[in-house]
Amino acid sequence: MSLSGAEAQETVLTQSEEARGGLVRDAFRRLRRSPQAIVGATLVLLFVLVAVFAPLLAPYSPTAQDLSQVRPGQFPGPSAEHLLGLDQLGRDELSRIIYGARYSLIIGVVSVTIGATVGMALGLLAGAFGGWVDGLVMRAADIMLAVPSLLLAIGIAALLGRSITSVMIAIGVVNIPVFARLLRGAMLSQRESDYALASRSLGVTKGRVVLKHVFPNSLAPVIVQATLALATAITEAAGLAFLGLGSPDPSIPEWGRMLAETNAYLASEPLLALWPGLAIVISVLGFYLLGEALREALDPKLRR
Amino acid sequence: MLRFAARRVLLLVPILIGLSILVFLFVRALPGGPETALLGENATPERVAQVRELYGLDRPVYEQYVSYVQSVLSLDFGTSITTRQPVVEEIARRFPGTVELTVTAMIIAVAVGIPLGFVAARRYGSWVDNLSTAGSLLGIAIPVFALGYLLKYFFAIKLGWFPTQGREGSLMFRNEHPTGFYVLDGIVTGNPEAAVDALRHLILPALALATIPLAFITRITRASVLEVTGEDYVRTAEAKGMTRSVITRRHILRNAMLPIVTVVGLQTGLLLSGAVLTETVFAFDGIGRFLAQAVFARDFPVIQAGILFLAVIFVLVNLLVDLSYGLLDPRVRTR
Amino acid sequence: MTAPGTTVADAVPGAGAGTPLLEVRDLRVTFSSRGRRPVKAVDGVSLDVAAGSTVGIVGESGSGKSVTSLAALGLLGKRGVSISGSVRFDGEDLLGMPEAELRALRGREIAMVFQDPMSSLNPVLSVGRQITEILERHRGLKGQDARDRAAELLVSVGIGDAVRRLKSYPHQLSGGMRQRVMIAMALACEPRLLIADEPTTALDVTISAQILELLRELVVGSQTALVLITHDLGVVAGLCDQVHVMYSGRIVESAPRRPLFADPQHPYTTGLLASVPRLDQARGVPLLPIPGSPSDTLPWAEGCAFAPRCSRQVPECLGAPPALLPARGAAGGPHLVRCVNPVQDGS
Repeated sequence: MSLSGAEAQETVLTQSEEARGGLVRDAFRRLRRSPQAIVGATLVLLFVLVAVFAPLLAPYSPTAQDLSQVRPGQFPGPSAEHLLGLDQLGRDELSRIIYGARYSLIIGVVSVTIGATVGMALGLLAGAFGGWVDGLVMRAADIMLAVPSLLLAIGIAALLGRSITSVMIAIGVVNIPVFARLLRGAMLSQRESDYALASRSLGVTKGRVVLKHVFPNSLAPVIVQATLALATAITEAAGLAFLGLGSPDPSIPEWGRMLAETNAYLASEPLLALWPGLAIVISVLGFYLLGEALREALDPKLRR
Repeated sequence: MLRFAARRVLLLVPILIGLSILVFLFVRALPGGPETALLGENATPERVAQVRELYGLDRPVYEQYVSYVQSVLSLDFGTSITTRQPVVEEIARRFPGTVELTVTAMIIAVAVGIPLGFVAARRYGSWVDNLSTAGSLLGIAIPVFALGYLLKYFFAIKLGWFPTQGREGSLMFRNEHPTGFYVLDGIVTGNPEAAVDALRHLILPALALATIPLAFITRITRASVLEVTGEDYVRTAEAKGMTRSVITRRHILRNAMLPIVTVVGLQTGLLLSGAVLTETVFAFDGIGRFLAQAVFARDFPVIQAGILFLAVIFVLVNLLVDLSYGLLDPRVRTR
Repeated sequence: MTAPGTTVADAVPGAGAGTPLLEVRDLRVTFSSRGRRPVKAVDGVSLDVAAGSTVGIVGESGSGKSVTSLAALGLLGKRGVSISGSVRFDGEDLLGMPEAELRALRGREIAMVFQDPMSSLNPVLSVGRQITEILERHRGLKGQDARDRAAELLVSVGIGDAVRRLKSYPHQLSGGMRQRVMIAMALACEPRLLIADEPTTALDVTISAQILELLRELVVGSQTALVLITHDLGVVAGLCDQVHVMYSGRIVESAPRRPLFADPQHPYTTGLLASVPRLDQARGVPLLPIPGSPSDTLPWAEGCAFAPRCSRQVPECLGAPPALLPARGAAGGPHLVRCVNPVQDGS
């Protein structure tokens, strides 16, 4: 993007907005041409649609049992009535997978929202005030990041007791230092940018510069991270459920726990382990592909 | 280099102090407080009072913290609620297994990932490249426990090539374990059968555990080699007429190693937490499975000690990465 | 003026006596990448470099001057690059030479100095290692012998405390020092041809003068021939016997130094000269930039590539490409120009 003479004469303040508008437009143009983005967005859309319309899509209730067909160690496999077969309690596997998408989506979105909002608030404080606020927030983030994320999530979830809420809080808390660090870093580099310095030199107050220019221009990496964090959140939620840290209610179809429950039947019913595994892979892959494509599309270094 | 190393080690101190505070506060955040953590949730009021007295839980918090740090430094992590054994002994007994598993997984990930990423970069856009990119995407997306089941079903149940679970065969109960590393034990005690048996038990969980680091190492190697290959100094080396193998080793790989080392270190630390899941799938008796059982049983002395222990290892591995960075990159060392 | 360095192109005579050290004939380099129009970076360049001579190649960025030298040494890579024509070094064809032979030649017989000494030196190897590796490769020198020779080389390029400097890493040196190291490396095996590609562009003015002076001391008058690639006529003025001016992948004017500066005939050359500040010019005479940018070019097949930016454009400029022909009143050596309406009297 080259600046013509007329554009160059525009005030520095609008430059940051222009850069942003241009960046978003550019990003969309590049996303549309990236096969990675299209595959990722399609998978994500599929996942969200399945989650939202689960009651319409699922052929059975996820809790309805058809015990007449289930014998110990021998469950009917895929059939015309039950496309993915029945699970160990005679429940329709397909319906449970479809409803499981709901739990995955809710846990993912809520936990990333917790992590992103609290993290961004802390990052904003650190980036805007600097000094001891910055030092305190960043040292706390360092300490939390010194614990591997799954381990920290396990600890917090164990502390809060078995429930979906505690899984969401655990994964959310784990994400806080990541977002705090990210936003602070982006803000620091934006604060040194030419338009921010120019605005300051024109007498615009510091708070206004931060709120109107530095903060919005720092959001691109946050959006990328949020998408990638959704992928991680789904995996981690499945991991926690696998360890028995999800909901104590066995009727709730969590993919991770469904996998764990098949351990005893793995030899005779391997497909029951395959379906939830596949569901996790597809949803994680979707967010991951979309996140990576967003990262490439929003990277100003790659703009041409 | 010495000064660089000393500075890195000193930087650890606040992190370790922070960690100890975090873990100290952890049990105090429990509903019911640390008494529950120490005794479990069904303790009698008399026992609770006894423990409050014994551990000084009626004293001010900072005094409690000091005594907590003192007991940690003397390796006293309390007693497991489920096994009634000192936590430190339980951890020490299982640690070699987890190390064995983690190291095997990392060897697989490095031995496959670096050559694969390198070839993918040198044949940019070829089928090798596309296949490795697709494979590493899948490796990142697939949860370790799901892959663990897949491997277990095909290679252990269906094909019967490997055992389904545990660290050694049931006929191996007479094996001696002087080091706790079963493969090594087989070799030292002159029992090759035991070593092979232990290795066979390691393969599947290590493969499952290796996928994520393998995927990340392949990706970063490819990206890093691609970037370095385009650098001016590689062109300089070409202009100097250096042979292809010298350019690859001395100029491309040495520079490309910097980000690779970072990822290898980071992933090694993360493997320790991934082991919680993998060891559970394969009933592999290591720290991970012990911790998973403790979580299920709400055995808080074990959870608290396990988290502190694994986090400290994670921090130490990261220190090693920083130090090796100093060895590899003079710009870091001499700044 | 004895410089036999000459351009032979478009069936124009002027080659000097004897076999030249480097002989480039009708070199063409095309870059093509999927989904884009192929770019002809070098579009039929012919030139000779005589042993021991000093030749300048001048042009704006994008004129193909660097690509010419990289193509000659096989440094362009293979993907999306097609090269035709011939490049002979001491009678041997470089373009068709087996890879291993070419590698043995590079660094020993032909050496290069690049533009940015920071990025051109390997950041994780000590300066000493980067010099000794070339001695090891081409001279079989090892260990202390190689280090002693490397220290001598550093002294010869004006780096004091050489033994200690061998242990330094590139980031610990100043820009000028780094370029001295590059020159030491290039001259390590006493090559017969040194190609310096914009060797001073990334440096401060005072440092760049020192580097040019160093090149003059070490190369000019020695057995080593120098090809100096630059966008700056001022750099060429002090150093080169023969100057080739390139525009859009072709040589547009070629002359020994003196006639080129005294009687430039291609409008592009005069344009370049007018845009260089000169101390001998009266104050108040404005610097005249060449209008337009190098992207406003015509494909050579449709006429003179410079025509869209040229103030002396006449109808004959379009249609057919002008040939490189002997210049009017070519005194003081072979002077060639590719223009149908050349500049009169240096105006």
